[in-house]
Amino acid sequence: MIPEIGHYALILALCVAVVQGSLPIYGAAVGNASLMAVAKPAARGQFLLVLLAFCCLGYAFAEKDFSVLYVAATSNSQLPLHYRLAAIWGAHEGSLLLWMFILSIWMVAVSFFSNQLPEAMRARILGVMGLVSVGFLLFMLTVSNPFERLIPAALDGRDLNPLLQDPGMVIHPPMLYMGYVGFSVAFSFAIAALLGGTLDAAWARWSRPWTTVAWCFMTVGVAMGSGWAYYELGWGGWWFWDPVENASFMPWLAGTALMHSLAVTDKRGGFKAWSVLLAIMAFSLSLLGTFLVRSGVLTSVHAFATDPKRGLFILVFLAVVIGGSLVLFAWRAPRVGLGGGFAMISREGMLLANNVLLVAALGSVLLGTLYPLFLDALDLGKISVGPPYFDTVFLPLMTPAIFLMGIGPLAQWKQASLPALAIRLRWAFGVSLTTAVAVPWLMGQWTPLISLGLLLAFWILATILVDLRERLLQAEGGSIGGRVVALPRAYWGMVLAHCGVALFILGVTMVKGFEVEQDVRMNVGETATLGGYTFRFDGTQQVNGPNYVAARGTFHVSQNGREVTVMYPEKRRYFVQNQTMTEAAISPGLLRDLYVSLGEPLEGGAWSVRLYHKPFIDWIWGGCLVMALGGVLAVSDRRYRLAWRRKEAAVPAATQMARQTVS
Amino acid sequence: MSRFLIPFGIFIVVVGFLAVGLTLNPRELPSPLVGKAAPDFSLPQLHDPGKVISSNDLKGKVWLLNFWASWCGGCKDEHPVLIHLAQSGAVPIYGMDYKDRREEALAWLKEWGNPYSIVAVDEPGRVGINYGVYGVPETYVIDKAGVIRYKQIGPLREDILEKKILPLVRELQNQ
Amino acid sequence: MKWLWMLMLLLPSLATAYEAQPLAANPQVEARLKLLAVELRCLVCQNQTLADSNAPLAEDLRREVREMIAKDMSDKEIIDFLVTRYGDFVLYRPPWKATTTLLWLGPFLLLGAGATGLVFALRRRQKKLTDVTLSEAEHNRVEKLLSEGSNRL
Repeated sequence: MIPEIGHYALILALCVAVVQGSLPIYGAAVGNASLMAVAKPAARGQFLLVLLAFCCLGYAFAEKDFSVLYVAATSNSQLPLHYRLAAIWGAHEGSLLLWMFILSIWMVAVSFFSNQLPEAMRARILGVMGLVSVGFLLFMLTVSNPFERLIPAALDGRDLNPLLQDPGMVIHPPMLYMGYVGFSVAFSFAIAALLGGTLDAAWARWSRPWTTVAWCFMTVGVAMGSGWAYYELGWGGWWFWDPVENASFMPWLAGTALMHSLAVTDKRGGFKAWSVLLAIMAFSLSLLGTFLVRSGVLTSVHAFATDPKRGLFILVFLAVVIGGSLVLFAWRAPRVGLGGGFAMISREGMLLANNVLLVAALGSVLLGTLYPLFLDALDLGKISVGPPYFDTVFLPLMTPAIFLMGIGPLAQWKQASLPALAIRLRWAFGVSLTTAVAVPWLMGQWTPLISLGLLLAFWILATILVDLRERLLQAEGGSIGGRVVALPRAYWGMVLAHCGVALFILGVTMVKGFEVEQDVRMNVGETATLGGYTFRFDGTQQVNGPNYVAARGTFHVSQNGREVTVMYPEKRRYFVQNQTMTEAAISPGLLRDLYVSLGEPLEGGAWSVRLYHKPFIDWIWGGCLVMALGGVLAVSDRRYRLAWRRKEAAVPAATQMARQTVS
Repeated sequence: MSRFLIPFGIFIVVVGFLAVGLTLNPRELPSPLVGKAAPDFSLPQLHDPGKVISSNDLKGKVWLLNFWASWCGGCKDEHPVLIHLAQSGAVPIYGMDYKDRREEALAWLKEWGNPYSIVAVDEPGRVGINYGVYGVPETYVIDKAGVIRYKQIGPLREDILEKKILPLVRELQNQ
Repeated sequence: MKWLWMLMLLLPSLATAYEAQPLAANPQVEARLKLLAVELRCLVCQNQTLADSNAPLAEDLRREVREMIAKDMSDKEIIDFLVTRYGDFVLYRPPWKATTTLLWLGPFLLLGAGATGLVFALRRRQKKLTDVTLSEAEHNRVEKLLSEGSNRL
């Protein structure tokens, strides 16, 4: 009964979505206020219906209803409750429902937080989001129904993939989807602006907070995916340039470019068409990611169970949505005004150079991901494109972008002078170069790449200090505290986010430059030394989990004779799917991670063991977290908080006209 | 106006490739050895370990080399097809028992029937590597000169036999 | 006293008796294997490197590569051995060939195109925007309107 309710809720949601996607947009085109007013209640109604469907599926999982095919395929009676609920998004159909649910959350958020927008704009935005949800609901109801029944009901389920039975599974997909789907808001803003024909700086100002919040979620989502792979997969790596990883990284790159481009459009009214195109690109890449993961077109360890029929549906949906947007873009964008002028050497110029680099990086990732498919389609053979390619190509593209990150915030708007900038930054450059060369040399291992990484990281930090100092000196507010508060939160957000990037680069450089690994065979009582730490293997014992049995090893770790920690790696065998899994033991630390992974049991109680010492690796994900916090800080800026509180006052017609002629 | 259509143009090209991609199988790895000389091997026979079967012995005739194992599920699926083919006598099938144990292989053949003229034993899997085998079952069509002409990845099916393999075999036999 | 000296001589060997041995028989070969294997694709799972995969074929291939290293074959010879049998698919670093030139050059072409596009776009807008000089009265009017607008924000 409950699954049927969920199913009907989805059908109703589809009807509401069709209404939401048509009437308000038509109403905005002809100026009919009552049709436009349909948007808000429709969005809220859809949210309630999808929430209902989501809860029904959750109920089916919680109650172990194996008469629902999806529950039978991804759950099991021995699976603990929290994993049963996380299994909602454990496979294709349910993850689509999660996508839809998150889309409805964003829709309802837009319906509440858009009172300062003109009615026509809001109607169009919600209308476009409604059209997107029509696509997803139709997809679910036709070829991917999570509520399909299994008759006769299974006696027990096939269980969730053991790799997914992990806390990361509970948080990573929702975070990631919040980002993916969040870019649909920026996309809808862009399409609404194109439809309406007016594309001014106000549009950029409204779009920015939504884009930034989506970007924050995306940053956290991608970082979590990487962190989860690190501690779950047992091989110590954290990024493989796997197609699905790339599918989440590309929208992130586009979103980053978009945030920076919107800064130009907001402040100076320039490059509106480019910002619109980036907004379309970011969401298009989200949709492309959905396609790549579910269609079977590329092999990936993350890919859902593939089915060409589903792939075809998504492809057609993609073609319609993105193709339609790009046609609309080609039609309407040429009419958009130019905005304020600026020189090539200026903050605008540097922000746009940053965009060029980010988009080139994005293009390279896309090229590398799809190239095997291109060659295969043209019958030119089968190749593989993996980390060696991406690492080789990505670094040269990102290095100039990082350098710009240091110079851009110091450059003036409209026109800046390179010699003047050089003088202001010479101290920063000198310090970062010296530190970058000295540190690895002191640590005993110097390679050009390590120094480059350190140079980039210290460059960011040094230039931030230079910029901070200049701004604090110029700020009003008397005391240091007063001046700190006087600087807008958007600025502090930028500082924090850029620091996050520096921390990230530091983490990557130190880990790649200085990590050590050992593959040893350990008998009980034997020790191995790595990175200054001594690991003593004290045998294994059998441990029973709720749906698995494990051999748990005990490792006492000491440094300079003093015991530091005890680590318990496991080798688990899950009953239902009879799958063996390695659960690595990680001892995280601010300056290093210790990583122990059991290999295979050997004769006499010995085991093959892999040990890692990874310095600064947690700075990678810490850096990403700081980046996201920077974004949150930026969004909490005064101008947005004031905007929440009241409608933007009507601007007199004369000033409106003056704005348009100047733009 | 025209430069604003560039994004759309690029997109259409990408969608075209993705559409073609839906018809392809990214996991399948065609063999680079097709058209090249079949790697030589000289291995003990399954039913008569004292005797050796060598690829050189088979020059001058068209033959099928089928990599299989008793632990392989797909091999069970294709086995009736092989038995049928062996009975028709259209082309001799030689088996390569890949990374298997002799007793289990013998028992398996006893239970399911033996379509092979001779079965070679490749226990360490080295001949498999030389042939570019990455899973079982895999079947090669080798001509009179000892050149690989076709590789079937995965279980053989009647329709593949009819449409691709038997016509090719006939053509090679007439050369 | 003698036994104390003997004990002290024995102690180091006792310590090493408790030191875990490397899993590999020959660490130098293993190091070279690792360098090669991280750039090779496991053909069975297809989403792991040859270094990380536990598939039986991966173990067999690692064994083959070890033997080739022990025979003092060069990296190129080892890679050619694998490519002859499995094709370019086995390489995670795509080889430089006619069919992959676009792949390797693409990123830099993109960068070049983007940079050129940016420069042209900036030049084009400089030409389109003309600086309009305002008269005194117009200037005052603009000032008045702008201050009016900013009071409301």
